[in-house]
Amino acid sequence: MTVNIQQAQDTVIKTSDLSVFYGQKQALNSVNMEIERHAVTAFIGPSGCGKSTFLRSLNRMNELIPNCRVTGSIQIDGIEVNSDAIPIEGLRQTVGMVFQRANPFFKSIFENIAFAPRFHGVKNKADLEELVEKSLRKAALWDEVKDRLHESALALSGGQQQRLCIARTIAMQPSILLLDEPASALDPISTMKIEELVVELKQEYTIVIVTHNLHQAARISDHTAFFLMGELIEKAPTSQLFTSPQDKRTEDYISGKFG
Amino acid sequence: MRIKAKIMDRTATFLLTAIAVLIIGVLFALLGFLLTQGWHKLNFDFLTSPPSIAEAGGGIGPQLFNSFYLLVLTMLIALPIGLGAGIYMAEYAPDNRFTRFIRLSIEVLSSLPSIVIGLFGLLVFVTMTGWGYSILSGALALTVFNLPLLVRITEDALRNVPPSQKEASLALGISKWRTITSVLLPAALPGIITGTILASGRVFGEAAALLFTAGMTSPDLVFHDFSLNSPTSPLNPMRPAETLAVHIWKVNSEGLTPDARDVADGAAAILVIAVLAFNLGARWFGTWLYRKITSGTQR
Repeated sequence: MTVNIQQAQDTVIKTSDLSVFYGQKQALNSVNMEIERHAVTAFIGPSGCGKSTFLRSLNRMNELIPNCRVTGSIQIDGIEVNSDAIPIEGLRQTVGMVFQRANPFFKSIFENIAFAPRFHGVKNKADLEELVEKSLRKAALWDEVKDRLHESALALSGGQQQRLCIARTIAMQPSILLLDEPASALDPISTMKIEELVVELKQEYTIVIVTHNLHQAARISDHTAFFLMGELIEKAPTSQLFTSPQDKRTEDYISGKFG
Repeated sequence: MRIKAKIMDRTATFLLTAIAVLIIGVLFALLGFLLTQGWHKLNFDFLTSPPSIAEAGGGIGPQLFNSFYLLVLTMLIALPIGLGAGIYMAEYAPDNRFTRFIRLSIEVLSSLPSIVIGLFGLLVFVTMTGWGYSILSGALALTVFNLPLLVRITEDALRNVPPSQKEASLALGISKWRTITSVLLPAALPGIITGTILASGRVFGEAAALLFTAGMTSPDLVFHDFSLNSPTSPLNPMRPAETLAVHIWKVNSEGLTPDARDVADGAAAILVIAVLAFNLGARWFGTWLYRKITSGTQR
């Protein structure tokens, strides 16, 4: 238990001079950030400020974009991951990601969750069934879907689909969860469920969430980072950032002067 | 001004509807004519007995079988190549001069007249290989004829899968190849299968590419002889094989039997029914498969 408390204090992700270029355009400018373990870190800022770009470089999803270049260092648990030497499958297993729009596979609920673990080596059917149940329970979806695991995931509601996507990511047993505006396409009740879930999940995972919703950031995050025009302006404990921001631009943004 | 726009709107609606009705009318007139002309020939005897050379009463049994056999053989050769090339074009090909050249080549290939492909087949698959008129030569010519379509079908079907599916899979640390085989291909399958069945209809009705490759004659097939090298075996891929479409052309242009016209009408009706079945079947099967895959009731 002492070990856990120890870990709760320390840094899991550390970036130095992280810059991202789309062709000639620089989307992220030399960001240095440390992200704490087993906490929720929220990224806020106006559209196009680089917060999603930063998030997507943490599991190297930016590599899917042609002509995208990521320079600088990203260390996860002390290991440099912004390097071709790191197998990308392993990195993405450790650093799971949930997208803005729920994107379940055109498969059954069960298959949606079992697909990735099977690829990463869980072959035994009983193990898979247990993992599926455990993941769905953690994502607070089990009771709603336990009787129709083999029906299409596309028949679920938007909010359920998003929780399924979270369950699918959890099933890989990652240590970090990246959430890219996971509730922005959902109704208020589904949003509330996702928020409760995020708070619940930080016991086990380090969570980084991008959000447009300042209230959401204030409600669920422990730390908040404010991005503007590709730069990290300020990162602080959430209560501190919202009550006494150090930078004038942060204050202007959270008080609604722009953005 | 507003009244003018309204009149324009009405006129355009009327014209476009008229064109649509015209197309449907032509289609139904054609189908109706072919079917009423050939209807009286559609009996079991006509569909199974061999054609006769001089007297009336011959059937189209071997031709019907040849058409299906050639179709199966063609698809066996063309599908793996078409799928592979389609996957390459959709998922691997970088956007550069080389792949633009491939794309151009595919387009040129697909616009070649089928008689030209037939002549190419005569030169390469019949003469140079020394196989003579054979089902295999015909199947290879039809592969050339069909490949561009199959590549296009596969590529389009893969590109039509929402990119979020691919993103979801890669973000789970799934490799690119596994993402293609387990996420993209299943999602694209209804499109690929529908397209393939439509392409099959095209193969089934093709005549010009086969005149000089599969030949214009068919041996009297012995339907209980399944050895691959007997000249009268239906399965022997090295025997000449006149298909239904070629038979229609031949009977119409140089048929000697007194009922040549009747035979051609009957064969045409069968051909149309088969192609129609391919088209409707493709539609039905594609929808069914899509529902089956998206509802994920496998296991």
